[in-house]
Amino acid sequence: MDKKKEKQKLEIISFLKGVQKQILESQVWKSMFRHSYADTPRNRILMIAGNIWLHIHPAKLARHAYRFKFTWCMGGITFLMFLVTVVTGVVLMFYYRPVGEYAYADMKYLEFDVPFGMIMRNMHRWAAHAMVITVWLHMLRVFMTGSYKPPREFNWVVGVILLTLTLLLSFTGYLLPWDQLAMWAVTVGTNMASATPLLGHEGPFAEFVGVNSRYDARSALLGGSLVGPPALLRFYVLHCIFIPLAAGALMILHFWRIRRDGGISGPL
Amino acid sequence: MVETKKKQGRSLDKVYVWPYLIRIEAICAIICMLVLTVWSITIDAPLEESANPTKTPNPSKAPWYFLGLQEMLVYFDPWIAGVVLPVFIIIGLMVIPYIDINPKGNGYYTFNERPFAISTFLFGFLVLWIALIILGVFFRGPGWNLFWPWQYWDPHKVVALVNVDLSEKFGIRSYLLASIFGGLVVVGYYVVGTAAFFFLWRNSFKEMGFNRIGVTSFLFLTMMALVIKVFLRLLFNIKYVWVTPWFNI
Ligand code: HEM
Repeated sequence: MDKKKEKQKLEIISFLKGVQKQILESQVWKSMFRHSYADTPRNRILMIAGNIWLHIHPAKLARHAYRFKFTWCMGGITFLMFLVTVVTGVVLMFYYRPVGEYAYADMKYLEFDVPFGMIMRNMHRWAAHAMVITVWLHMLRVFMTGSYKPPREFNWVVGVILLTLTLLLSFTGYLLPWDQLAMWAVTVGTNMASATPLLGHEGPFAEFVGVNSRYDARSALLGGSLVGPPALLRFYVLHCIFIPLAAGALMILHFWRIRRDGGISGPL
Repeated sequence: MVETKKKQGRSLDKVYVWPYLIRIEAICAIICMLVLTVWSITIDAPLEESANPTKTPNPSKAPWYFLGLQEMLVYFDPWIAGVVLPVFIIIGLMVIPYIDINPKGNGYYTFNERPFAISTFLFGFLVLWIALIILGVFFRGPGWNLFWPWQYWDPHKVVALVNVDLSEKFGIRSYLLASIFGGLVVVGYYVVGTAAFFFLWRNSFKEMGFNRIGVTSFLFLTMMALVIKVFLRLLFNIKYVWVTPWFNI
């Protein structure tokens, strides 16, 4: 590089530094931020340890744990998708009533009349589908890196429960639009419960237990012998209260165990 | 853990989380939110006509992530496809860390150091789960018949049902004999398969112990039984392998 260009570069840098200095020392900036941030090791640790959201992380991590190639970021993206569904789901709950007469009309209302209703609904649904995919990919990555091996066996078990809950969250939500797609997909799914051995009226050995179509595993799930308004209410309560709470609690356990088990797995 | 590392003479190479990890997480989150937002602006979530219990659509498909299980309904009765298999899948996944005691490949990618574990898992995940979902979403039409994605879904497509039980293939006509025959086949499959596992892994019997080999072989044989049943159906039109008054397999 010839000298002229180098000089130009230095001039640009010193110009930008001057601008930065002017901004940082302006009254407006100082009125917003009282302290400057000095990039010292101490501050780097404090940024993590002193922040309620960030102190989920340790202050330092092994170098390989940062590599996108290693984790694919999939656990984090799964969690992000969960958060998106929680936030958009609460908004949807303001407008949606889980009652046979209203549910479908409320969906139409959300689509056509509620400001930003359609995009809330879209984001909720696509984030839920994305979460199903990312949780599978997360499991695949954890398997491929052998991260379930000691000392992380139990966190894998917690993960499998989370996987099941993720699918159940998605499945219970599938019924709520109360349209043809919802009703029949859930009919196909819950029909399986009537084939449960011993507990379902179409399952093996049902005759010895004495269950019937109005009193068996499926009717306990649906609150009746077909997918009707009682099933809608049950799925709504499961979808909005029970399963999210269970999944949230297990995620806390999952994240805590990652730290307790010595952080992200890595080659010894 | 720290000690073992020191013993191996390697220092722990530790890096600050702020800013190096937080930076990656922030970028990753921003990209994901951007994609999700653009996706949600451009593609609407489906909403069909209002739920109608008197109007059954043909085909009625479960949500896409369960279509692998729905596909199994073609080959097995609902109590297996809809109840036993999901339970086995969940329990099977949970026991993986306890039956796979190979210490190698913990925390890094490798195939050569754990070929059996990885091939089995990938077969289950990619073929029995993902591929069957793709089949269910794109290739299954009315009457759960096979269609190409570009083909017209003819609801009147007739597929002759010529399935017979395995016992009939062998010319066994009496129901009692058929039951006994089927029982022998199924139980025999598991006994021979388990014995084969114990024989092949006889050198690691000391470390693994009876339970681990037993559970591993049972889960592996069950997974393979799905494949065998699919082939029996597609190639020989076998309906059931084992018929009893209470259940059929
Ligand atoms: C709602 C679902 C889940 C969430 C939000 C979640 C979140 C996370 C996060 C953020 C991490 C940190 C490392 C990474 O991002 O890869 C992690 C690690 C881990 N997850 Fe999950 N996870 C979920 C489901 C699962 C499932 C289904 C499994 C396995 C069947 C699993 C097993 C593990 C294990 C063993 C680790 C430690 C990995 C290591 O140390 O390398 N998790 N999880």
